[in-house]
Amino acid sequence: MDAWSRFTDAFFKLSVMERYLPAILKGVVVTIEIAAAVVVTGILLGLALAIVRSFRVIALNALIVIFVDMLRALPPLVLLLLVYFGLPNVGINMPSFAVLWLVLALVLAAFAEEIFWAGILSIPKGQWEAARSTGLGFLGTLAYVVLPQAIRLTVPPLTNRTIAITKNTALGTVIGVGEILNQATSAESFSGNATPLMMGAVAYLILFVPVVVLGRFLETRFAWRRI
Amino acid sequence: MDAIVQQFFNIGIMAQALPLILSGLKQTAIICLIVIPLGLVGGLVFALLSLAPLRIVRWPMVVTIDVFRSIPPLVLLIFVYAGLPFAGVRLSPLSAVALAFFLNTSSYYGEIYRAGIESIGLGQWDAARSTGLRTHQTLSYVVLPQAVRNVLPDLVSNTVEVVKLTSIASVVALPELLYSADMARSVTFNSSPIVLAAAIYLAVLWPVVRLISRLERHIAA
Repeated sequence: MDAWSRFTDAFFKLSVMERYLPAILKGVVVTIEIAAAVVVTGILLGLALAIVRSFRVIALNALIVIFVDMLRALPPLVLLLLVYFGLPNVGINMPSFAVLWLVLALVLAAFAEEIFWAGILSIPKGQWEAARSTGLGFLGTLAYVVLPQAIRLTVPPLTNRTIAITKNTALGTVIGVGEILNQATSAESFSGNATPLMMGAVAYLILFVPVVVLGRFLETRFAWRRI
Repeated sequence: MDAIVQQFFNIGIMAQALPLILSGLKQTAIICLIVIPLGLVGGLVFALLSLAPLRIVRWPMVVTIDVFRSIPPLVLLIFVYAGLPFAGVRLSPLSAVALAFFLNTSSYYGEIYRAGIESIGLGQWDAARSTGLRTHQTLSYVVLPQAVRNVLPDLVSNTVEVVKLTSIASVVALPELLYSADMARSVTFNSSPIVLAAAIYLAVLWPVVRLISRLERHIAA
């Protein structure tokens, strides 16, 4: 067998593709479900934390900063193993997909809070004063004047961060969540062939290239002005 | 409460696991010393190629960057470590980590450098060229120093991500910090070794995370 056919036989074997396509597709569904849950809950929690932080209650803000910093400094895989293996021993049992969702949503919330907070801080004080002088309350000012402007600024960094954290759903394979990578590696060991790994990689490309390109587009639209 | 202390903050078990975890920390440091310079240099090459005037150079590079930004690093690592042997390429865990990280982090650093270079006005190029500097001199003496300064917070923040990412090397049995801690966990049935590893990651990365927050505000102001 020449090198080329050995290569296609290892990575693009049709019979293996046919047999394991359903498993990979099942993984795709699981990945999409967990990713959607992480994105929605993570971003909403991050926004909520940023709003709470804008009340500037010192004790509360200290807690938020500690939470955010810890989740930004710790590798997600460390958190995942800690929650997955640690909690059952203190009597809390969670299925592995719920652990994956919880950890990634908290990590995304931490990064999102920091991005939203930077956005809120970037709105000049005069905007607050002007809004308050028209009779809007604190919350009204935040909701109708500050946040609409702040959130616009946060779109590009938030998109990129969200993509990066959503890709971490692949870490779920370590704790046995049946997502794409998990399906691909078990199919690889069943078939003794690398084709399922290639299929998994292609599945990720199909899912994520569009969002990566979208992120690039958003970044160009909101690009730094040339001096 | 007592159960939580026993399970997560067991000093006796932490002390027992400490030597193993410290040898893991050494491995993590070695991985970082390999993959961060590789990524920083590779990223610059990726960025320059993705800005090349020739379309035939530029487009393949942009596609490569987007592909490696789309594939989760763990998928790439497992592909390199478990997939390439089928094509006759068998890499040690450390070389597999180095190769997968090179492709992934160079793409991320590359995008950051590119944003930095694009933030420098074309007038700077014209001015530098008109003083007699050649293209590569303009790039290294005029454009890059300013570009790097503009994107410094992003470069630092990506470096933190790379250090955190080294924890996935545990999946291919490279005995780094998390792998050692997880070994100790599976032997003792106690999560304290992982808490200890987490404390080490925090001790190293927390100051940097604080610094990034300050750098970002400084630039925004």
